[in-house]
Amino acid sequence: MQNLRYEAPETLADATALLAAEDGMARVLAGGTDVIVQMHSDLIEPDLIVDIKNIPELTEITKEGGAYRFGAAVSGKTLMLHEDFNKTWPGVMDGVRLIGSLQIRGRASVGGNLCNASPAADSVPPMIAAGAVASVAGPAGTRDVPVEDIVTGPGQTCLDKGEIVVSFLLPERPPRSGDAYLRFTPRTEMDIAVVGAGVNLTLDDDGACTAARVALAAVAPTPLLVAEAADALIGTKVDETALEALAAAASAACSPIDDKRGTVEYRIKVAGVLARRAAAIALERAGKNQ
Amino acid sequence: MGMKPSPYATKIPYEEKDNKVVGGRPNPADRSDAIDKVTGRARYAADYNLPGQLIGKVLRSPHAHAIIKSIDTSEAEKLPGVKAVVTRDDFPDMEVEHAASGELMVNFRDVTRNMMAREKALYDGHPVAAVAALSESIAKEAMKLIKVDYEVLPHVIDVRDAMKDDAPLLHEELFTKGAGIEPDPSKKSNIATRMESRLGDIEEGFKQADFIVEHESNTKAAHQGYIEPQASVANFTEGGTIEVYTGTQGHHVFRAQLAKLLKMDISKIKVVPAELGGGFGGKNNVYLEPLAAQLSRMANRPVKMVMTRDEVFRATGPTSGTNCKVRMGCTRDGRITAAQAELNYQAGAFPGSSLPLASITVFTRYDLENVLVVGHDVVCNRPKVAAYRAPGAPMIAFAVETAIDDLARQCGMDPIDFRLKNAAKQGTQTHFGPPLGQIGYIETLEAAKASPHMNEPLGPNQGRGIASGFWFTIGNDTSATINISEDGTASLIFGTVDVTGGMRSAFAMIVAEELGIPFEKVRTQVGDTSALGFNFMTAGSRGTAAGSMAVVKATRDAIHRACEIAARKWEVETDQVVWENGHARPASANVGDFEPLSLAQLCREATWFGGTIAGHAEINVAMGGPGFGTHLVDVDVDRQTGLVKVLRYSIFQDAGKAVYPAFIEGQFQGGAVQGIGMALNEEYIYSDKGTMENPGFLDYRVPVASDVPMINTHIVEVPNPDHPYGVRGIGEVPIIPPLAAISNAIHDAVGVRLLDHPMSPPKVLKALDEAAPAEAAE
Repeated sequence: MQNLRYEAPETLADATALLAAEDGMARVLAGGTDVIVQMHSDLIEPDLIVDIKNIPELTEITKEGGAYRFGAAVSGKTLMLHEDFNKTWPGVMDGVRLIGSLQIRGRASVGGNLCNASPAADSVPPMIAAGAVASVAGPAGTRDVPVEDIVTGPGQTCLDKGEIVVSFLLPERPPRSGDAYLRFTPRTEMDIAVVGAGVNLTLDDDGACTAARVALAAVAPTPLLVAEAADALIGTKVDETALEALAAAASAACSPIDDKRGTVEYRIKVAGVLARRAAAIALERAGKNQ
Repeated sequence: MGMKPSPYATKIPYEEKDNKVVGGRPNPADRSDAIDKVTGRARYAADYNLPGQLIGKVLRSPHAHAIIKSIDTSEAEKLPGVKAVVTRDDFPDMEVEHAASGELMVNFRDVTRNMMAREKALYDGHPVAAVAALSESIAKEAMKLIKVDYEVLPHVIDVRDAMKDDAPLLHEELFTKGAGIEPDPSKKSNIATRMESRLGDIEEGFKQADFIVEHESNTKAAHQGYIEPQASVANFTEGGTIEVYTGTQGHHVFRAQLAKLLKMDISKIKVVPAELGGGFGGKNNVYLEPLAAQLSRMANRPVKMVMTRDEVFRATGPTSGTNCKVRMGCTRDGRITAAQAELNYQAGAFPGSSLPLASITVFTRYDLENVLVVGHDVVCNRPKVAAYRAPGAPMIAFAVETAIDDLARQCGMDPIDFRLKNAAKQGTQTHFGPPLGQIGYIETLEAAKASPHMNEPLGPNQGRGIASGFWFTIGNDTSATINISEDGTASLIFGTVDVTGGMRSAFAMIVAEELGIPFEKVRTQVGDTSALGFNFMTAGSRGTAAGSMAVVKATRDAIHRACEIAARKWEVETDQVVWENGHARPASANVGDFEPLSLAQLCREATWFGGTIAGHAEINVAMGGPGFGTHLVDVDVDRQTGLVKVLRYSIFQDAGKAVYPAFIEGQFQGGAVQGIGMALNEEYIYSDKGTMENPGFLDYRVPVASDVPMINTHIVEVPNPDHPYGVRGIGEVPIIPPLAAISNAIHDAVGVRLLDHPMSPPKVLKALDEAAPAEAAE
């Protein structure tokens, strides 16, 4: 760490150019709640740090028609203070609110939480369930990538050299929609998900589920979008039978490991329990969103 | 304990009186250490910096067990900015020599091997070299250039595995010693010691029993989890003296150990104890100090060393992981007839676990006729264990207090009534030694029984548990000096490091009470090793209990001096002057009609009448005043995830007499929270390579504030008869009952008995799943 270079560019073009030109290890810094910690723990020794917080696109929250777009470096706390966003995407905010502590959320961003590429990131499953799409900028231009496709393995993303996630687009909400995210940790705070489950669903006027997305955390090498679990809800009234089927599908989708945070057996079982509980909350929220 | 009580040890009989200051609740902001801690001005060891200092870092073994064939530091020494490198070759080997270091004993042969590996690396994190350089980054670069040739050996982590005949052996010279080992064994073993103590006839006791319960518990190692990592700054001068600024629970003991390890005179070393960011027994041992001192000696510059959290977990002593077997029997009407226990305790890489202490706490709160306690102290490839708040007691209480719960159930008795029926009281014979003196165990049970907590309703999947604990109060060497300043205010210097942060205030209250001056007029400070005679560590709950004996004696010595000044002024004898309400007064009207003199007035006269008013005490305080506590806990169990939530928690503990009640309540709460954390989630997790998997607070899960409810506290006051203010040690008892109390509460809630620590969600869920088919079949 004796020759660390720090840059804080003000344009996307400058940021991607700096990252593309670095021969050694380059790291993007938003809140720094992962990068700085990893440096302190001697896990990484970057040659270049590119601080992206001075780039306007990375820090804005805007409305595009009925859809929300927010910058990848927007802090968790800024999102928490955005009243309408909280009302529209309570499940996404369930995840954001679980990142670290209040102090950490003052710095930490959803973009950083995603690009750190942990299978246990709390804001990622509800973003996947929400159908969020990442806008990615690089030396070759800009592309859109569904959030579920960004993480390719523990610590690995699909981003090419020089690419950064700029912002996220969350689709317009139909009426009678609700989302929720639950994670299981032995402690109430300051912990990492042993299992996480996000559910997003939309009901018709009769209360039948017309659309659903279910995503899981910490049960596979990457956050999972589980279509079978969503299918268990679509077309039902999200009744007891549907919830049972959802839980079974969620458990079936898991391919976890035994580690210091939980056993295979435990994670598979609790993934079903949490998916079911999250669906119940999403259902209740959908019912209130006429 | 192995310590014979000295006939010359100091006891002062309890003085029943109405106190003006002691027992009160001063404004928390007036707590002597409070403001500086809040504003960040308090100086912890890592806050000390000396001009020209170097930064030292330790290279540690990545292997659990390996022969160190060679260490090549030549490349590291060539790196610009590196000023010194030390290895095993830079420290003298030590003979076998035992000494007390807090509640546990140390052996200098092992101390020198633990601070710097010699023949073998015995655990993941064992130091093999240390570097001092101009900066931390240079020191880290240098460590990468040190070549260590290891021959990796098979390792053993679990205590039961380490006891097996075919286990990998840690020490070539280790043969089991102790009770019942005859003739001397011819086979080497990881079992360093076997202990045994008996009372009555255990077989006869079991014959009399109508019900017998057997429990086997297993606990993982748990760390003290102090917030402040170890840090030291050492300055070895060309004149041959050393100054060390460090975080310690006993600076005099550290000084003596440094002198031994560095082969120096004790008086050439000064150890300055910094403000301490938590110790709990974990700062009773030297780690960085001798390395920093030797690096400083070689580099001719001060050296500062600060551990990372990773190093703290991997290389400083946690408490023992254990395997305990308990068998207890009672009659149909609830009288315990036999109590038997086997304690198998991990010592870590070197012999010397908390077994000797744990073994005397096993059943010590019950009045028993037939007892057999057997214990094994077992080495394994883990960091050498250190004391941790009531060392060893929570783990054996886990097995015993859950067995008591099951016995009570079998008798159809309330668990508090069952304990009351068997409770120890004054005169109860212990299985390890003397009968108990005046104690307050029954009072804690009665307070629990009468508490509003007992009437709180419980919902489905909720349960209530109870458990009790015992710990002693050690005495030992204690010194204090009080100087009365020219304006009549008092400055106390004491030597029992204020590990709890409340001792300074408690002593200020006692000085104020004795002198008859306001609490705010007393300043209390911990003196460094040059300021006072020898002080044993703050350990064994002795800080306030033993420390205040020296404070009382020193203050009374100063009062005697003040009375002497008044006597000289009045031209009477000193014994004709008494000290009352902060004034020297004639003892009676016959002495003469003199206006009482305040401390401030006497100070103005002091020079003429002989010199400054001061007092001091250097005493060996007698051991005494054991403490007992009873805990009540309510939990909620999530049957689908196994999550145990603590809903309600109440503590009833005998404090002797409370000097500073708010501080005692804080100790009760802190101890219980550590116990709750240990009960539910805290554990050392090892890989199959024998390396620690969770050396950080992310995955070594101590509770956060929102994990615990407000802990209710109830101070029971049965005075210690051998202390002028009736004080008992209180700091350690509160960590003893929580494991058992929570297991009992889980049992009450969902009918499963957990004896595998920690009672984490996967274990609870598994136990529930295993019980479910059985329940369905019933």
